[in-house]
Amino acid sequence: MPDIKIPGRESLLKIYEQMLRIRLFEQKATELFTQGLVTGSMHLYIGEEAIAATAGVLLRKTDTITSTHRGHGHCIAKGGKTDRMMAELLGRKAGYCGGKGGSMHMADFTEGNLGANGMVGGGLAISVGAGITNAIMKKNDSVTICFFGEGATNEGIFHESLNLAAIWKLPVIFLCENNLYQVFTSVKESLPVKNVSVRAASYGIPGIICDGNDVFELYDVLSSAIEIARKGGGPSLIEAKTYRWEGHYTGDGYAKGGYRSIEEVEAWKAKDPIARLGAYIIKNMIAERGLLEKIQKDLKSEMEKAALFAQESPWPDDGDLCKDVFFERQV
Amino acid sequence: MPVIRYSQAIRDAIAEEMRRDKDIFVMGEDVETMGGVFGCTKGILEEFGHDRIRNTPISEAVIIGAGVGGALTGTRMLVEMQYVDFILHAMDQTINQAAKVRYMTGGKAILPLVIRAQQGSGRGNGAQHSQNLEAIFCHMPGLKVVMPSNPYDAKGLLKTAVRDNNPIMFFEHKVLYNTTGEVPDGEYTVPFGKADIKRVGKDVTIVATSWMVLKAMEAAGILEAEGIDAEIIDPRTLVPLDKDTIISSVKKTGRAVIVHESHGVCGIGAEIAFVINELAFDWLDAPVKRITSAQAPIPYSRKLEQLTIPSTEKIVSGVKEVLNRS
Repeated sequence: MPDIKIPGRESLLKIYEQMLRIRLFEQKATELFTQGLVTGSMHLYIGEEAIAATAGVLLRKTDTITSTHRGHGHCIAKGGKTDRMMAELLGRKAGYCGGKGGSMHMADFTEGNLGANGMVGGGLAISVGAGITNAIMKKNDSVTICFFGEGATNEGIFHESLNLAAIWKLPVIFLCENNLYQVFTSVKESLPVKNVSVRAASYGIPGIICDGNDVFELYDVLSSAIEIARKGGGPSLIEAKTYRWEGHYTGDGYAKGGYRSIEEVEAWKAKDPIARLGAYIIKNMIAERGLLEKIQKDLKSEMEKAALFAQESPWPDDGDLCKDVFFERQV
Repeated sequence: MPVIRYSQAIRDAIAEEMRRDKDIFVMGEDVETMGGVFGCTKGILEEFGHDRIRNTPISEAVIIGAGVGGALTGTRMLVEMQYVDFILHAMDQTINQAAKVRYMTGGKAILPLVIRAQQGSGRGNGAQHSQNLEAIFCHMPGLKVVMPSNPYDAKGLLKTAVRDNNPIMFFEHKVLYNTTGEVPDGEYTVPFGKADIKRVGKDVTIVATSWMVLKAMEAAGILEAEGIDAEIIDPRTLVPLDKDTIISSVKKTGRAVIVHESHGVCGIGAEIAFVINELAFDWLDAPVKRITSAQAPIPYSRKLEQLTIPSTEKIVSGVKEVLNRS
């Protein structure tokens, strides 16, 4: 019987807080989007928060992640500050990328976030490179969690990345957030297999399915995969089944009653990871309701401040247009 | 001064840099055991071991994509495309990731990544093993593009590339690997953005890249016998491009012929011609001439391949055309 890894009180409260931070951040960002302050589109992570938040408490600062177009949650979970994120969404100088990246290119190298990515599967090969640095060059025990959706597993780079990571036993946890849809198309039309995890067999690595809305399952499965990777055992493919409540992007008018039935959406909302963990915490007397309410109140205030910070941040200068194309100083 | 092959110059640059900097990691198809198809990494495994150089599967996208990830996390990545044609498997990694990551992150990303690739026609390898793709990469902001034409430059430019903190497209030429040239024993580098005046002349400026520099030099010899004094400029790096050297030369000669092996349409010749138009129009005594491969894929048949590659004769007649001497 393998050991089941269970999060302690501190971890549970941290996961709860981070899940709520992600949700409230995106709700605030949606408000600003509706006001026309955020351009382009945002891909909302609401409903999937358990995955990033749980991964976040299991990683060290020296560990790295690669993220996706649906990356706000990953950024927050890896230590991202909501005020600088909000400023980035508004295209302002104080944003994480000085306003040049936006939602799909949020990166924070100081916290080990190697970046969101506008290309589906864009982070896969980058995570393999991080694995080369850690395992082959620096020979440390740092790991990389590579987030991607089930849609990315149909890209060629998925195969190339897992294949190379497996051959070289690189410390990468390939964490597939299977939210059942690629833009408007169901996995039923895009995947010939029921579970992405079976694809691990092609590379001779563990392939594990878990409930992506269940913090306890995620904690157990990710703990094991991270431990294997830290000890030089190589990569794993974890499939976390989940659901994006709001559809593909902000203003996805077809997400409820279009390509997805209202019943389906409601059924998934009933599996809300935040409500589930909140109920567990209270029922098991891990914390009192008052503490959870205080967490929520503090976070709401944080988001108000983040929105204000973003709106008060200056725009980039005209002179910034052609800056940062190249690294200018030579070594 | 020792005379060595172009491929040896590449190998020496890699070995010397790897001795100097333990953070350099080399990977690519067949680079380890046999030193690659053209022998440019021969001996690296024996000296540096399996943790500094690795064979990869035939997976060009992850070779370059992992190059990006490695570079972002502090490794100086030196990756190889066995043939430049194969990089078309990895265009997302090269253009969407490598070229843009620094800009997209507001200048936070540092990406010491060198992509070595061998390109060019002349060996009967057919349409998918003979291309010259430099123009595609010159077009994309964020990539530097290097095209050495001789062993001295190959070594000095590769050392500069490895020490640079940007993604570098380093294009070697398959026909040049066996050419020889003088290379000093000691340490030296060749800076980016500094063209080399291969021959000083007063009648016409010939700007040529890579293998075409050798053909232009041959042409200059023939032209000299006919009393035409050609100046030959090898830009060495296309990004950054040494406009000053080209423009000073054109202002002196009043005539320019650009020779490159890649196709003409939207090629680097078009860009150089525009630069001349913009900065030296009033000094021109004739329209700028461009000599390139035909606007057709590189054919297999030796006869047709020789027909498409810019020849010494075509350069000679092109020069005479701009001098109204045909």
